[in-house]
Amino acid sequence: MRRGIDRRRDGSFRVRLPPEERDVLASLPAQLREALTSGEPTLYRLFPPAFTDDDAANAEYARLVGATLLEGKLQALSELERTAHAESLTDVELLTWLGALESLRLVLGTQLDVTEESYGPLDRDDPDAPRLALYHWLSWLQEEVVHALSAALEDAASPPDG
Amino acid sequence: MSQVVEAPVEVREPSAEGVPLDERPWVVIVWNDPINLMSYVTLVLQQLFGYSRAKATRLMLQVHNEGRAAVSSGTREKAELDVSRLHAHGLWATMQQD
Repeated sequence: MRRGIDRRRDGSFRVRLPPEERDVLASLPAQLREALTSGEPTLYRLFPPAFTDDDAANAEYARLVGATLLEGKLQALSELERTAHAESLTDVELLTWLGALESLRLVLGTQLDVTEESYGPLDRDDPDAPRLALYHWLSWLQEEVVHALSAALEDAASPPDG
Repeated sequence: MSQVVEAPVEVREPSAEGVPLDERPWVVIVWNDPINLMSYVTLVLQQLFGYSRAKATRLMLQVHNEGRAAVSSGTREKAELDVSRLHAHGLWATMQQD
């Protein structure tokens, strides 16, 4: 499997994506931002309830944290847009990519009604095939980001003896 | 596998009925969902709670296999903060008093 993100010795991360994939990545935040401000129903997945059976407490929770959650997600999307063509990312920037990719996958996956069985081979006759392909590509890229950040976290937890 | 540890005689088992409703701890639950990657859930639990990779992986697998796992507990305020941090990272989390 190809590697999309490499961690360098200096702690930065090298992004190995072809220009056309970066163009796709740069174009996605605007689409989600538009959806975020239009109140599209699939967005509920980004703002889940905190209580399973208490509507009043959920309303209070949404009032308390809703704006902060939205702000965080919008900021991550802007950062992804800004750095989509960068050859190199800091750990903070890569963490922001992780959050933006998460929002993109959650909304796209909810729109496509993804299940655990959706991760098999793509059916080319499926009218959703192009968007499922995009979803799978985002999943691959997120896995790459997780892999790179997990390796960094492990090294920080157990630094090699000098 | 579990290890039975004998409690000192002076320690009494707290009875559920004896604890006032408001003082029972809140538990934060993460629910399984088909979108979040297993590796991602593990990483988020490590980052947010400082859990070891082994503990985070065990909790992630519990979510995956059993549909849910309790990932933290404490006061209502702490649970609410933990839930909002999990929501900020896209995980499906709720809180309840056990």
